[in-house]
Amino acid sequence: MSTITGQAAVQPDLQDILDRYPDAGRDALIPLLQEVQEMHGYLSREAIARIGEHLHLPASKIYGVATFYNQFRFLPLGRYHIQVCRGTACHVKGSLGVLDAVRQDLGLEPGKTTRDGLFSLEVVACIGACGLAPVICINGEFHANLTPQKVRRILDELREEVENEE
Amino acid sequence: MLTIEVNNRKIEAKSGEMLLDTLKRNGITVPTLCHMENLFPTGACRMCVVEVEGERALVPSCAYPVRDGMKVQTHSPRALRARKTIIELLLANHPDDCLYCVRSGHCDLQGLANELGVRERRYSGGKNEYHVDSSNPSIVRDPAKCILCGKCVRVCEEVQAVAAIDFVGRGSKTMVGTAFSEGLNVSSCINCGQCIMVCPTGALREQSYIKEVLNAIADPGKLVVVQHAPSVSVTLGEEFGLKPGADVDGMLVAALRRLGFDRVFDTSFSADLTIMEEASELAHRIRTGGKLPMMTSCSPGWIKFVEEFYPEMLDNLSTCKSPQQMMGAVIKSFFAEREGIAPDKIFSVAIMPCVAKKFEAGRPEHSRNGIPDIDAVLTTRELARVIRMRGMDLQSLTPEHADTPFGERSTAGKIFGASGGVMEAAIRTAYHLLTGDELPGLKVEAIRGFDGRKEAKLEINGTPIGVAVVSGLQNARQLLEEIRNGRDDIHFIEVMTCPGGCIAGGGQPLNANPDAIRARMQALYTIDRDEPVRTSHGNPSIQRLYTEFLGEPLGEKSHHLLHTHYAKREVMV
Repeated sequence: MSTITGQAAVQPDLQDILDRYPDAGRDALIPLLQEVQEMHGYLSREAIARIGEHLHLPASKIYGVATFYNQFRFLPLGRYHIQVCRGTACHVKGSLGVLDAVRQDLGLEPGKTTRDGLFSLEVVACIGACGLAPVICINGEFHANLTPQKVRRILDELREEVENEE
Repeated sequence: MLTIEVNNRKIEAKSGEMLLDTLKRNGITVPTLCHMENLFPTGACRMCVVEVEGERALVPSCAYPVRDGMKVQTHSPRALRARKTIIELLLANHPDDCLYCVRSGHCDLQGLANELGVRERRYSGGKNEYHVDSSNPSIVRDPAKCILCGKCVRVCEEVQAVAAIDFVGRGSKTMVGTAFSEGLNVSSCINCGQCIMVCPTGALREQSYIKEVLNAIADPGKLVVVQHAPSVSVTLGEEFGLKPGADVDGMLVAALRRLGFDRVFDTSFSADLTIMEEASELAHRIRTGGKLPMMTSCSPGWIKFVEEFYPEMLDNLSTCKSPQQMMGAVIKSFFAEREGIAPDKIFSVAIMPCVAKKFEAGRPEHSRNGIPDIDAVLTTRELARVIRMRGMDLQSLTPEHADTPFGERSTAGKIFGASGGVMEAAIRTAYHLLTGDELPGLKVEAIRGFDGRKEAKLEINGTPIGVAVVSGLQNARQLLEEIRNGRDDIHFIEVMTCPGGCIAGGGQPLNANPDAIRARMQALYTIDRDEPVRTSHGNPSIQRLYTEFLGEPLGEKSHHLLHTHYAKREVMV
């Protein structure tokens, strides 16, 4: 099994972000979480602990807020980050089947990352490409007019790509 | 004073108060699920809705300020229908396993479903798959039974200043959980069990060790000894229909013997022992310029709290073990020697008002040569269950005395069960140690009672001594912050994790109202008033233990058996 991890092991210093929020209170929590996720790709335990220290908020509270919103994740992104659109047009065109195919193929729930670090999955409400429905986006690249079969083929190709590198 | 009309009758209300409080004071019961006395109302559960004339919708009385002349119907068909529907909706995804639920009979949800006449399942909701979290030695969480009222979250944050749990997720997937949804055992939970006390359902319960205890009693190769904590004798009666505050000490001892315990000891004895060591430690610290303020170490939730949140103050904690652990240590040393029995043949049980004591018993510092000093801790509630299981009628038992050598106590040890009791007992003995005389009146009025924070200034031998007593860790946190910021007029601090002390501990009978808890406290001070031996140093059995075995307080044997150490804990706080 490959041991590639999606994100580089070295994390940029959180302190730079925290420094931009001196004397911040709980109202700064969400913008802070967003900036940290932007930087790291996810919210690590360490990051949540340090944000808590900075804002004088318990870790449970921060986790509670962060899990309320779809946008936050707690595992590093995979090398291939798959966003499945579940907007109205995609739904009408069968995106549920596409999502289920990805979930089953990878054994992965939305918000999670495979153990080998290859794939991560996210469900998004609408990525603004309704004409291509049902659509998914992998590392910024769109794949249009999908079916469960097509999406499985895409995943296989990605796996092959990695194997060929080794 | 305002006048309002409720159910066509005029009643008086205080300006600025919430309607629910007015109703309660006037004996009108409106059910609640999320309401918490003395905390800001959240209006989350909507059980307390009533009809107010002129309002289009029903209003939650917990969060509705009274107005002069307002007209209220508390039990109109519309209000009753709304309440019933709320319960039916809560039941839509409830496991319905009341037959197997430890909370059955004390469950608010069950009680209200019954009161409101819910006789069929009207809604059937989708159920989430949950895991029961039994990772913690004190508390078990079953999210399937949770109705998301939020009381556990609030008591943990607002009363105990711990905030180990919060709402996690959103919508129908919401649950109460720890940071990163990890087990309670690795969270910042201090095991106090106040969440169990406020839970309206069986979602939170104590980790039970009844089976282990019954197995040990049935094992002919074990000598099974039991100790009962100071507060248990004034609360156990409530489980058997006695009025709050009834002291069942003798019947409790009799019941424990009939259950098959080979020896029955009184933790109030080892509370006296704690005082001997702790008062000596305080006197020593004052004389030698040691770390002050000294903080008591009887309450295991508080200890874990300091280890997690204030590690720089660990040296302020008294090194004394708690009474439970001191008793455990002398049972498996002095008593074992005296009886000529190997410590590993003794099974040592503690009956406690507390679920954190279960955690404390498992701390590695509290075992010697791999043998734990305490083998199992049962709460007051669990003991009541065992007594019922054996079909015993507590009230009909003839009172008996506890066994030597650890059965005799002073009343100083007994008042440990109330917030302020440890401090008062310690002052009585410290005064004696420092002056050779007895404290006049043997009473420190200022540190008695229910306030979460109490302080007193004393003078012993011309030395001014400031003492503070806090219960509920939010109060403790405030005091610690003052000390951190330079306050230096306090020399000795008693901290009890639970508001009011052990009489309101996380292992005590459920559904007690504030009056019941007051009665429990009063009972302890009545015992103290009426009995002759009121100081720990005046307890003849304590003197004997020092003469025959320990030597002197803070001596070498004490150091090994009765004192302990603490360490910083790395948890997500």
